[in-house]
Amino acid sequence: MSAEEPTTNGAKPGERTAIGISFGNSNSSIAWTTPEDKAEVIANEDGDRQIPSILSYVDGEEYNGQQAKQQLVRNSKNTVAYFRDYLGQDFKSIDPTHSHASAHPQEHNGTIAFTIQDKEEGEPSTVSVSEIATRHFSRLAKSASDFLGKKVTSAVLTTPTNFSEKQKAALIKSANDAGIEVLQLIQEPVSALLAYDARPESKVADKIVVVADLGGTRSDVAVIASRGGMYTILATAHDYEFAGVHLDKVLQDHFAKEFIKWNGIDPRENARSLAKLKLESEATKRALSIGTNANFSVESLAEGIDFTSTINRLRYETIARKVFDGFNRLIEGVVKKADLDVLDIDEVILSGGSSHTPKIASNMSAIFPPTTTVLAPSTTPAAISPSELQARGAALQASLIQEYEAEDIDQSTHPAVTTVKHLTHAIGVLSITGDSAKGVFTPIIAAETAVPARRTIHIATPKEGGDVLVKIVEGGSHIKVTKTEPKPKENGNKDDDSDEDSSDEEPEEQREKVWKVGNVLAEAAIKDVKKGGKVEVMINVAADLSVTVTAREVGGKGGVRGNLAAP
Amino acid sequence: MTTHTQVSLPLPVLPEGWSGEKDFKAIGHVSKSTQRSIEPVGPHFLAHARRARHKRTFSEDDRIQAQENAKKVEDDDSGEISEPEDPMMLAREAKDWKGQDHYAVLGISKYRYKATEEQIKRAHRKKVLRHHPDKKAAAGSTEDDSFFKCIQKATEVLLDPVKRRQFDSVDEHADVEPPSKKDAKGDKFYSLWGKVFKSEGRFSKIQPVPKFGDKNSTKEDVDEFYNFFYNFDSWRSFEYQDEDVPDDNENRDQKRHMERKNNNARKKKKTEDSARLRKLVDDAMAGDERIKQFRQQANAAKNKKRLDKEAAEKKAAEDKKAAAENEARDKKEAEEKAKANKEQGKKAKEAAKAAVKKNRRVLKGSVKDANYFVAGDPPAATIDAVLNDVELVQGKVDPDEVAALAGKLQGLKVADEIKGVWAEEVKRLVGAGKLKDGEVKTLV
Repeated sequence: MSAEEPTTNGAKPGERTAIGISFGNSNSSIAWTTPEDKAEVIANEDGDRQIPSILSYVDGEEYNGQQAKQQLVRNSKNTVAYFRDYLGQDFKSIDPTHSHASAHPQEHNGTIAFTIQDKEEGEPSTVSVSEIATRHFSRLAKSASDFLGKKVTSAVLTTPTNFSEKQKAALIKSANDAGIEVLQLIQEPVSALLAYDARPESKVADKIVVVADLGGTRSDVAVIASRGGMYTILATAHDYEFAGVHLDKVLQDHFAKEFIKWNGIDPRENARSLAKLKLESEATKRALSIGTNANFSVESLAEGIDFTSTINRLRYETIARKVFDGFNRLIEGVVKKADLDVLDIDEVILSGGSSHTPKIASNMSAIFPPTTTVLAPSTTPAAISPSELQARGAALQASLIQEYEAEDIDQSTHPAVTTVKHLTHAIGVLSITGDSAKGVFTPIIAAETAVPARRTIHIATPKEGGDVLVKIVEGGSHIKVTKTEPKPKENGNKDDDSDEDSSDEEPEEQREKVWKVGNVLAEAAIKDVKKGGKVEVMINVAADLSVTVTAREVGGKGGVRGNLAAP
Repeated sequence: MTTHTQVSLPLPVLPEGWSGEKDFKAIGHVSKSTQRSIEPVGPHFLAHARRARHKRTFSEDDRIQAQENAKKVEDDDSGEISEPEDPMMLAREAKDWKGQDHYAVLGISKYRYKATEEQIKRAHRKKVLRHHPDKKAAAGSTEDDSFFKCIQKATEVLLDPVKRRQFDSVDEHADVEPPSKKDAKGDKFYSLWGKVFKSEGRFSKIQPVPKFGDKNSTKEDVDEFYNFFYNFDSWRSFEYQDEDVPDDNENRDQKRHMERKNNNARKKKKTEDSARLRKLVDDAMAGDERIKQFRQQANAAKNKKRLDKEAAEKKAAEDKKAAAENEARDKKEAEEKAKANKEQGKKAKEAAKAAVKKNRRVLKGSVKDANYFVAGDPPAATIDAVLNDVELVQGKVDPDEVAALAGKLQGLKVADEIKGVWAEEVKRLVGAGKLKDGEVKTLV
């Protein structure tokens, strides 16, 4: 924190202790990689794995995390919350809504600062947001160091996909000031995806994944093409209108109304009552993600009146429907933005605290076809806790690169390395179905694959063996809509908002993804294939889009090899 | 990328008349591509970056990686090949395994507590290959398997983390003796003590242990080091040196007695060990030049303040003294001057008095010279009257006028002239209102 302490930027690769930090606007978490290469989230001194990104000062003492959050009720002026998104921003461009109930951000020397009483005596001091972030990082690093028994020197941090270079620079500076060397900044959705892909049971595959990060104050959705373990973001969307706080708000209003009904007092009019209401609403929301019933109870909510109530999950889902619909629209919108259809999506990863809500996961299952895996605790028992995904991904990345020199990392993440050509069309072979002679397209390399790429497949041959033709073609997919018998109901059109009534009636349209055969690239002949033999086809697309095709019988020698020049 | 997708749909049969050069026909190109950024995340990206940066193709990269991996294994393997085996050690009996140095038995005594599990396993394997009783039997020697048992015992202890800690706790071979004061001088002090504390640090529950540093270490580092060792949290324990507890069921009391005894012995040794370490740190600290230096620096800083203050006070006192002296001098000078002035004044006064007397004499003389303004011998009454008038005039005029008058009368011998001067004077005095008209008759 102090100037004389050397920044650890010079930490030697062998002596690093690296962790993953997910620094969110509402909550942060820290994770490390166990010697068995498993990422684990570290609990802080209070036993929290989700550490609220809040700092509070009472009599010159600093509180952090859950303890600071409690101070929002009694000591809101000296409590700084929701400050992540202010980092590296102009005062003009920030949205201070969420800090209304805590220390207010203000302009100070061209940066954003808070005026807080952070010393025991004397005048309140003006602390810049980067200094606040530094203090928060120090606390996180200390928790991690205490847990690991070694001083944490380095970390991989996650950032939202729409963080500007300036914001990233500010984030790195804050972390450096706290004595943490930032190995790399990685995108939050990619980090979540990496956390799933690094599990030993997961296989490297070509898939398109939607990562929905539904956080406390913002929701970010990304469509990512995962091609042989390499990730390309195809589209992103950000939303500040549908997030965790809006779910809290729904509950707040619900209970406030109930309180008014009994006592004739609106607890939302008093700042302290409102803070209590907010905190308990959030707790109730969390409880509803686990159980079907939850209590809401606040001592002395307003004017000394205690308040206790209960709510069940169904009621909650009804009153929060607007927000849930907002999430749905957001996710559907981003799929469209990527020029894809819901049928193209192979996996949906729900990340972020709000994703614990079972209704959101079931909504996803409704939007996407049954072939799509929705990775959320309520739909997939083996799912990783959504709020831990980002930190875990960051920890995995940290363990991967901590052995590298900083310069090496810089070079590897340089745009010259990361910006590469992506195929617009899938490349595959034609095979035949049992009876017809018409070709069926089987993709070998999917569209949106970064080149250079290499894929191998094994294809069956006709039963009797003999000579076969390997025809390499490009393929495009489109959505085939088959109309089933129209039902004598007028309210069945797909355009209508059919979410609420889709459960009791079948959709009228059968949608499926079909391949269309495009350009023929090459043909090769494999002769004298044995009975029941298989043919191995390897396609290698070089960085300049020249293609090498190798085809041979599995177990056979030689084979056919040919090149296609670059276009 | 090692997994291959399996497709069950069969490939079409080669149509009649199809032909191509070497059975391959290139027809088209890959259609257009888009430039996108891949996320620099994950193991597969790292592989991509490696390939891109070194401009390798997939197969080249695979080969190079395979080579690197293979090389590593070989390197590791060639590490701890041969430590000479002490013939005394080879003659050991397995039953007194407590006395044996397990690391030496396995031939990894240069690693000791730093040996990894992998190294221990490999060392064990090597020793087994050499000392297996069957091999000895094949070589024709007796079926002496005692050293083989020692090897087995050593492996058993070292591969069990709990037992290994117990052994490491009492492994004196890994200890480094503290240097004597004579040896530890100058720069050697740091290297010698550094080794001692490095070996002591192996017992710390908290790793890494701060380093002893050298003469250029900062105060923070040195303080951290000594604080760490004064608050040393050690896992060292002394179960290994327990006396054997008889495990027959018959003598339960005896067994309990032994256990108690062992427990007490452990505690005692642990306390002794803590005291030993403390003394070690004390010794090191006592000889540590850096501590002295830091104290001097701190003192210098403190003294500097004090000296500055004292200097300031001294200067103030001197200034005050000088000012007082100046003042005294000035005063004295002023007094002397005043005295001189006074004396001078006195002299002037006396001179004036004398002059007045003289002038008066002149005045009186003048009337005498004028024969009291009568012809012939003047009668006594006239003399009296004239002299009275002269006295009167004298009394009315101040010494300057007397002087002026005397000046006028000086040298005059003629009675009329003298009378004229006197008459003029009287007239002036009457005009000035100092004399009444007719008061002085004789001089008019």
